[in-house]
Amino acid sequence: MRATAVVIGAGQAGLAMSWWLAKRSIDHVVLERGAIANSWKAERWDSLRLLTPNWHSRLPGYGYQGDDPDGFRTMPQTIEFIERYAEVISAPVRTRTEVTSVRRNGDGYEVVTGQGDWRCETVVIATGACNIPQVPAVAQAVPASIRMITPMQYRNPGELEDGGVLVVGASASGTQIAEEIHRSGRPVIVAVGEHVRVPRVYRGKDILWWMDAAGVLDQRYDEVDDIVRARNVPSLQLAGYADRRTVDLNSLTAIGIRLVGSLAGINQGKAQFSGSLRNMCALADLKMNRLLNAIDEWAVENGVDGEVDPPHRFEPTEVEASPPLGLDLTRGEIKTIIWATGFRPDYSWLEVPVVDSKGNIRHDGGVVEAPGMYLMGMPFLRRRKSSLIDGVGDDARDLSAHLASYLGNRSRSPQRVAQAHAR
Amino acid sequence: MVTTVEKPVNNGVNVQALVDAREALSKAPEAAQFKWRATCKWLNGTHSRSTVEGFYGLGGEQKHKTQFTFDSDHPEVFASEDKGATPVEMVLAGLAGCLTAGIAAVAQLREIQLRSVTATLEGGMDIRGILGADTDVRNGFDGIKVTYHIDADASPDDIKALVAQSQKRSAVYDIITNPTNITVEVK
Repeated sequence: MRATAVVIGAGQAGLAMSWWLAKRSIDHVVLERGAIANSWKAERWDSLRLLTPNWHSRLPGYGYQGDDPDGFRTMPQTIEFIERYAEVISAPVRTRTEVTSVRRNGDGYEVVTGQGDWRCETVVIATGACNIPQVPAVAQAVPASIRMITPMQYRNPGELEDGGVLVVGASASGTQIAEEIHRSGRPVIVAVGEHVRVPRVYRGKDILWWMDAAGVLDQRYDEVDDIVRARNVPSLQLAGYADRRTVDLNSLTAIGIRLVGSLAGINQGKAQFSGSLRNMCALADLKMNRLLNAIDEWAVENGVDGEVDPPHRFEPTEVEASPPLGLDLTRGEIKTIIWATGFRPDYSWLEVPVVDSKGNIRHDGGVVEAPGMYLMGMPFLRRRKSSLIDGVGDDARDLSAHLASYLGNRSRSPQRVAQAHAR
Repeated sequence: MVTTVEKPVNNGVNVQALVDAREALSKAPEAAQFKWRATCKWLNGTHSRSTVEGFYGLGGEQKHKTQFTFDSDHPEVFASEDKGATPVEMVLAGLAGCLTAGIAAVAQLREIQLRSVTATLEGGMDIRGILGADTDVRNGFDGIKVTYHIDADASPDDIKALVAQSQKRSAVYDIITNPTNITVEVK
């Protein structure tokens, strides 16, 4: 089978790219290993809601039309939203088509799937940033009596054994899961490393509203000082609950959850926590306040100041005087460990040498080193919003333009012209 | 016509060299492997002298410009002769030196002129641990308190951010806050 472009993955990124390719009259196919919006269906816990408000999911030619713009989609609603998008734009999606290999073939690519092979000029990788849970090596030292799961396997507290739970990681997943498990009567300890604290609502507006309006989310990858660092910043510590409450470390300690430093090691069944908790919290508080300062300045400069609630600051993160540095995992107090330590992409099927030693694809704003290959939907790919539903549209526009010009240049290349004459 | 020339920020840190090194070493991780060394000789009683001079890094043997020695001992309240700092005070000095160097480097990078930086450190210790008088008491510090006084051309929050970033990047801070495997052999 042949297509000019093969898009791998039918989530928001692949579909937005499909819309732009269609607009540019580039024939293409979207290959999806499972069903449309597969990760949203199979790899998320029950109570999870999207962390971005309903209005903030503007896809090319599509957007939110309901009566609750400030609400947060449940997972079924998120799936429905993306499925409906695929339908509305008539995206040429082939579901249940798992890509097992992509390799160079002449001056194009060969895409091998369980449902036949494709030859194409260009490939767009839109398989997402969160394919494999990133579990630290120290997990190997956890006593066998303790059950270990990741947020991908976690569904609800009822599935866990009664007893204590250690949640490792305090970003969006870790904090939300910790809160709901603790409320189920299982005492929770959260090991806190680097995290990004933001309030859900500031001065009466959703934080995403501010970040969108003030242009924070539009900041480009070539405008930041250290893009490697920016791409590795943990996800915003946010939750999308209907009551728009903020879930942060202070809200966790308020219900009785205990905070400890990041998990530094396990020695003879004893977990060792870093003494850096206070600084991790100080860093997050300072960073949040820098964002709020920028928002306040923007509000004054743009005449929004009078229309919203007055500026204020949040309580610094409270850290107990001497947080515990150790926890005996053999005592039976902890029954479950949840590794909310992030995810990484899976490129085991990619046989083109563009993956670096850290397992990331080398690219410049989504333009991969290999000619005609593109990447979508990764953190800070081209903009701060690149990994959000609302961010893939602009990236798809830019990258599809690059892709179109690549095809144009290629068809005019001397080699091609010579080939055409030879026919 | 009056022109004012803004004095460039200078904390005496060659930040460009550090930035270049980071760039170069991210491409050559083997050159980033360092071995820090010290030797120590017992003199008498609790008095001993440590020496540092050579170390390994950037793919080869390196040397300090001069040999440095550090005498350690214990004060007279420990019935010692007090010919040097206690080893635990040297740990505090190491932490202070590391954090303060970091503050200067981060300030330079963020173009913040430092005028003065002083740190006061205090490590609490229940010495029943080292005396073996109570096995429930740990030998080491039960906590370390570091207090910085910094005069710089920056807002209080920016100064706090310098200190926080310095902790994040500090080797000695990491050594103290996180466990390290130690192998001690007798030959």
